[in-house]
Amino acid sequence: MNARKSVFVLTMLVLGFVFLYGPILSLIIYSFNESRLVTVWGGFSVKWYRELLQNQQLLGAAWLSLKIAALNATCATVLGTLAGLALARFGAFRGRALLMGMATAPLVMPEVITGLSLLLLFVAMEQAIGWPAGRGMTTITIAHITFSMAYVTVVVQSRLAALDESLEEAAMDLGARPAKVFFLITLPIIMPAILAGWLLAFTLSWDDLVIASFVSGPGASTLPIVIFSKVRLGVSPDINALATILVLIVAIGIVTAGIYMQRQQKRRDLDVQRAIAAND
Amino acid sequence: MAHARPEQKNEPWKDPGATPYVRIDKVTKKFGEFVAVDDVTLHIYRGEIFCLLGGSGCGKTTLLRMMAGFETPTAGTISLDGVDITAMPPYERPVNMMFQSYALFPHMTVEQNVAFGLRQDRVAKSEIRDRVAEMLKLVHMDAFAKRKPHQLSGGQRQRVALARSLVKRPKLLLLDEPLAALDKKLREHTQFELINIQETLGVTFVVVTHDQEEAMTLATRIGVMNHGEIVQTGTPTEIYEYPGSRFVADFIGSVNLFEGRLIEDEPDYVRVRSDELGGVFHVGHGVSAAPDATVWVALRPEKIQISRERPDGDGDNRVQGTVAEIAYRGDQSVYLVRLANGRQVRVTQPNIIRQGSLRISWDDAVWLGWDSASPVVVTR
Amino acid sequence: MRLAELRAWIRALGTWRWASHRLRGWRQGGRTAVMGVPTLWLLLFFLVPFIIVFKISVSDARLGMPPYEPLFTWAQAQVMQLKLNFANYAFLFEDALYRNAYLNSVVTAGISTLICLLIGYPMAYGIARSKPAWRNLLLLLVMLPFWTSFLLRVYAWIGLLRTDGVINKALMFLGLDEPLVMLQTNFAVYLGIVYSYLPFMILPLYTAIERLDLTLLEAAADLGCKPTKAFLRITVPLTKGGIIAGCMLVFIPAVGEFVIPALLGGPDSLMIGRVLWEEFFNNRDWPVASAVAIAMLLLLVIPIMIFQRAQGARAGAHR
Repeated sequence: MNARKSVFVLTMLVLGFVFLYGPILSLIIYSFNESRLVTVWGGFSVKWYRELLQNQQLLGAAWLSLKIAALNATCATVLGTLAGLALARFGAFRGRALLMGMATAPLVMPEVITGLSLLLLFVAMEQAIGWPAGRGMTTITIAHITFSMAYVTVVVQSRLAALDESLEEAAMDLGARPAKVFFLITLPIIMPAILAGWLLAFTLSWDDLVIASFVSGPGASTLPIVIFSKVRLGVSPDINALATILVLIVAIGIVTAGIYMQRQQKRRDLDVQRAIAAND
Repeated sequence: MAHARPEQKNEPWKDPGATPYVRIDKVTKKFGEFVAVDDVTLHIYRGEIFCLLGGSGCGKTTLLRMMAGFETPTAGTISLDGVDITAMPPYERPVNMMFQSYALFPHMTVEQNVAFGLRQDRVAKSEIRDRVAEMLKLVHMDAFAKRKPHQLSGGQRQRVALARSLVKRPKLLLLDEPLAALDKKLREHTQFELINIQETLGVTFVVVTHDQEEAMTLATRIGVMNHGEIVQTGTPTEIYEYPGSRFVADFIGSVNLFEGRLIEDEPDYVRVRSDELGGVFHVGHGVSAAPDATVWVALRPEKIQISRERPDGDGDNRVQGTVAEIAYRGDQSVYLVRLANGRQVRVTQPNIIRQGSLRISWDDAVWLGWDSASPVVVTR
Repeated sequence: MRLAELRAWIRALGTWRWASHRLRGWRQGGRTAVMGVPTLWLLLFFLVPFIIVFKISVSDARLGMPPYEPLFTWAQAQVMQLKLNFANYAFLFEDALYRNAYLNSVVTAGISTLICLLIGYPMAYGIARSKPAWRNLLLLLVMLPFWTSFLLRVYAWIGLLRTDGVINKALMFLGLDEPLVMLQTNFAVYLGIVYSYLPFMILPLYTAIERLDLTLLEAAADLGCKPTKAFLRITVPLTKGGIIAGCMLVFIPAVGEFVIPALLGGPDSLMIGRVLWEEFFNNRDWPVASAVAIAMLLLLVIPIMIFQRAQGARAGAHR
């Protein structure tokens, strides 16, 4: 119809992906650079990886971040699933608008505000009831749960909205009580969405610098906090190595998941075709 | 539109002493300001296939969902086999439902789907196996027990859904548009299969449908619903041949309605003057209405004879007109005949012989005639 | 004898009533827990903190730690006197630094959003109109950077934008005499925001474009509408929901952005998130930081409402 337009669109598509992936690629290339200077290619080397593995500060921060992210993702998934379930299935209960507002506001709330407000809360709570004593892993985890459960809520709620409610009614009709309906029918069917929510919550926590900076205390530096203090001073090659490892893990994970889903889809399509053919 | 069921000998709804199996008593359901079901009273007897028939938004599905327990009536009571089930949650009711979307659990096999209800009742494993196998055999799905729903065609899913809702031997089976998702040929076949299964198991069925043909084929009785009310209850024959109102006459099949005035009201016949028809009707049944009341005469198109010659007999039930439109449908032809006053009358005639010289054509002057037993007078 | 029977009856009835009451209570209890637990959590950790921020924003800064008057004695005094101290807000209005920071944030976020839209729309269009087999792969590629560290992706630009960085090296190889100063400029901030938030623009746009019925464009062509005109009069209006959602998803977080201006921006690229951060961590003035936060929130109320409405409309159209 319009070759000119499709050439334009194609060009934009290619340039866009170059734009998205160029910087990441540059990180990966320079992580294998022998030279400390980012701009000078000093030959291929894996010495920054070796150095990274000996950097106790970075490794310790990564371990702390991992613990917080996993704990946060699990709690946020439970809370977010409950909230999503209530919003999608309980009709117009009292307090629905409040829950809806509070559950979606963190999605668009600037991180600096969330971080500041939670810090002030923790300080006030410590003054009033003596808990949480000081700030560290506990306060970071609570703060992360609060903002990442919103994402889980949205994912679960929209999955439930797309789920045929008569499936749950059918289970109830066949004699299952509401709690059993949830565990036997709803949960298995929405499991992929819940897993996606868990991963999202994990990533958000793993990635968060701003909120963690506000609510962390001395001795509780997460990986982003350590990275930020390092890169503020300029480029450092072991961070390049770290970035490369992280990108590879994510890429492998996502590509595997993508291939798996594609296969499932293909098998499903084939099954459906066969069923139709068998019936005719 | 032949009635497929063998005529039942016992018609409990005609026996004032019979106990209704399902008793819906003055049930109203409001959603906010909207009245979905309006003061409905309905008695259904054991072993019936009762069809709730109506257009979309008429309240039939809401009524069904109240029987299943998914909605609680705003007012009124529902009882089943003498037990008040109005407030009983769905998982405690001896009632099962077949959903319009079939609602088969996508993560379970056919076998697991059918066994689900029995598992909830903690039936012994061996018994579950036997009952599931028996039920799958009944619906001819035993070869597909290990398949998942997405590996089945529409018709197969429908049968699995039926097996799943019947395996618990419910006292009452509710079917929400059971055949709507099937294509036309399969639907006809499945209608008869559904009747056979119902007769084999003796379960009482309540079917919701918007398809009048489906209702006529399946039902022992039909309840026609409009605006949340049941406007008429009766056997398919009663509903078709003796509609109680213009709405029912018009909703089921097609009909010619002529407004008129009652000029003679005897116990066994009435005479109606109708300007729309341009004459006087002689109708062979009595009406309970005030003299000189406005009434409507309902005349089914297939009950009118069309001919080019003047039919014999007395003068009342015949009029003259010209053919305005003809639609040839193979098995029958539809004629729109314009009367002298401009009003059009719809007439259908079966094409019994291949048409030759007898063919009626556009602009032909024709006579329409009918038996005085054919029209029905309705007062609302 | 009869009395004893009657008593047993009443007791049995009572037990049954109690049991059924308990059962129903439990059933109700499950429901209450499902909606109650997240509500309570959010009340405590989302709503209460805001009230505290607001209260502190109207309190006086005091020397010492914590650097504001103790909350609870102060709260009591407030109840009695109802004297709110808006000095911190007045300070925000009077000081050119804050005014400029707010203005600069909105302008920077606005320009970046526009650039995002201009790059994102053709990309989303290209993905939505590609072969179905390609579509998922391309979407995956758009999403993938989002799953990798945001901080590290911003950091990558430092190496690229430096005066002795890859881009300048390439430009000088092509014949540029002087290296361009790109790092620590507003340009770098725009670039960082566009780069970081582009996926958030593409995804809602993609959904909207993909849902568009292609026969509408065919009908327009059939009725004599040229492709460019059809794009402007059919495609754009029908994907308006996606455009609004995408723009708000970029604009709202960009206004409050801290990391990008801190790493890529210069001393003059003041954005309000960075001001708040510095007020808090460097000046330790908590009341002013709180006032900055509340003022920022007021700034974002309108875009957030636009976003919510667009989402609501999209959900409505979907049904």
